[in-house]
Amino acid sequence: MPISLNAYRDIAPPGRVELLYRLSRQTAGKRMLHITGNRTGGEIGEILHTLIPLLTEVGLEVRWETMKGAGNFHEAVQTFRNGLQGDDVKVPESLLEGYRDVISQTGRLLDLTADSVITHDPHTLGLIDYAPSDSRWIWRCYLDVSRPQRKTWAFLRPYVIKYDAAVFSLPQFAQPLPVPQFLVYPSIDPLSEKNRELEPEEIAETLDTLHIPRDKPILLQVSRFTRSKDLRGVIEAYRLVKSHFDCRLVLAGSASPDELDEQAVLNDVRDAAEKDEDIHIVPLPPESSIEINALQRAATIVIQKSRREGFGLSVTEAMWKGKPVIGSETGGITLQIMYGQTGYTSNSVEGTAFYTRHLLNNPAIAQEMGARARDRVRQNFLITRHLEDYLSLLIFMGRM
Amino acid sequence: MSDVRAPTPFRFVGCVELREMLGRKAADVQQLMSGIEEIPVDSIYYHTHSYFLRYEHGPSLFPSDFATWVAVSVRDRVLSERLGLIDPFEFRDVEALRAAIVATIDDHLKSLWNVPRVIHGEPFEFVSSHIIEVDLDLSAQTLQEFRDQLSTVDRSVLFNHICEAKIRKGRHSGDFILWIGSEHGLNLPDLATRVAAIQPIGLTLEGIRARTLEIVDHWLAKTVPA
Repeated sequence: MPISLNAYRDIAPPGRVELLYRLSRQTAGKRMLHITGNRTGGEIGEILHTLIPLLTEVGLEVRWETMKGAGNFHEAVQTFRNGLQGDDVKVPESLLEGYRDVISQTGRLLDLTADSVITHDPHTLGLIDYAPSDSRWIWRCYLDVSRPQRKTWAFLRPYVIKYDAAVFSLPQFAQPLPVPQFLVYPSIDPLSEKNRELEPEEIAETLDTLHIPRDKPILLQVSRFTRSKDLRGVIEAYRLVKSHFDCRLVLAGSASPDELDEQAVLNDVRDAAEKDEDIHIVPLPPESSIEINALQRAATIVIQKSRREGFGLSVTEAMWKGKPVIGSETGGITLQIMYGQTGYTSNSVEGTAFYTRHLLNNPAIAQEMGARARDRVRQNFLITRHLEDYLSLLIFMGRM
Repeated sequence: MSDVRAPTPFRFVGCVELREMLGRKAADVQQLMSGIEEIPVDSIYYHTHSYFLRYEHGPSLFPSDFATWVAVSVRDRVLSERLGLIDPFEFRDVEALRAAIVATIDDHLKSLWNVPRVIHGEPFEFVSSHIIEVDLDLSAQTLQEFRDQLSTVDRSVLFNHICEAKIRKGRHSGDFILWIGSEHGLNLPDLATRVAAIQPIGLTLEGIRARTLEIVDHWLAKTVPA
């Protein structure tokens, strides 16, 4: 059962839901088509599953289609994703052919008529070649494309410049392009399983299930088990803190058994933990919303020590739960955390340890920061703001 | 006087902001100055006014993104303080504000041997602002009605009737003051003068709302017949 926009009246900033209803009068009846790689999982799926019912409720005719991927299409898209994020990937002609084949197949099969069409990430980029002339096409990219590998970008850029506009998650992701580029931050749904309020009993039960005692302050990092999340660095910072404050460290996140790299990082982290009983390594299946919610609510301080990060929705989630966050000075983390007001950004293991000790030593400051963090999310990073951005984009594009 | 009915009601109009990235960056103060000279006025406006829509729980220390970036990423305290003294609300239009910012940076650069550049953090990214108005279908004809509506409307209403009205639409006193003080509105020039004394710099939109309500409440209490 989709959640109504009205349900956000007491959660969004005062007056905002009413403003959204009024704003939507300017877009009523418009046809909007979203096209993604698939409908499951990940940031895009999470956002669209909430956003599309809201867009429909405020009067748009919205459809959501997916790619008809086959053959080496998924390998091609994964290569593009890595290349766009700066990895040195090889893009053989056979992969490009596979991508073009699926684009061609999908472009001919799908009904692409709409007033505005939003394609998401590189999966769908090439569909612009099948765009009817009477609609506006917008490419929505969630990736950190601040330093794309040039070979990958050279292949994809000719598609991008055929669009009417592109949308990125951070200003530093903007590229020199001859089309308008808009800024839309990702968002969280405060009513989803991952973010809804939990009763203390639910939190306690979940932590019991995960075998995490609540007898000491909990430091938490929620992230995939990948090298870019610097999990060893988090353990080093914890050890620097531990010599002054008795606390626990919880490292939780997904580690797919199919991803050899993630399994290797998981083993490496277990080695680094050296049987310290206060370090809890918690690999979780992808659909572990309640577990993550409970861990974030039980945490004293949340850490996000990524070496590289796109936007970092787990930072937003922790802030929404009223937690001060100590994050790396990279990507969207710097935009979300207001240094000294909602948490701290740091460039080093020592910095992470320093700020953690400071907050453990000053719980009142940590609490004030957590309250401000929640308010920052309320104003800037909730799904209602995302709805506002999409409606604004449609109105503005209609005027161009 | 509190039950005076204005010939023209005040209509509360909120707004939403769409942010357009210009794809232009600055990694040092010289590049920042060149960018400020060349970018569209909508971008100057974004970096000197839109922070009201972004900072909600405490005022930004500096009244522009330029000053904040110079302080945080370049760590040139002298320049950030000089830029911090430029009050965007003192200028009649954005071009005049642009000229003042450029002159300040240029003067600072002339006194240095090296061009200060970003040390830690990100380059400055120029962003532009597109405002879309949203008529809330709310109006007031008396001061009491105005006060009651103002206390509950979305904070973007304050941004629209203060920043947008003053800077982009040429209504230099702002819509609230204009309506309270003019013959088309409540014709209460003394109250308008008191509201006009509120300095937006250093306040949040909620802070401006609270100060305005405080002044209006004081006026209403004084003028209600015994």
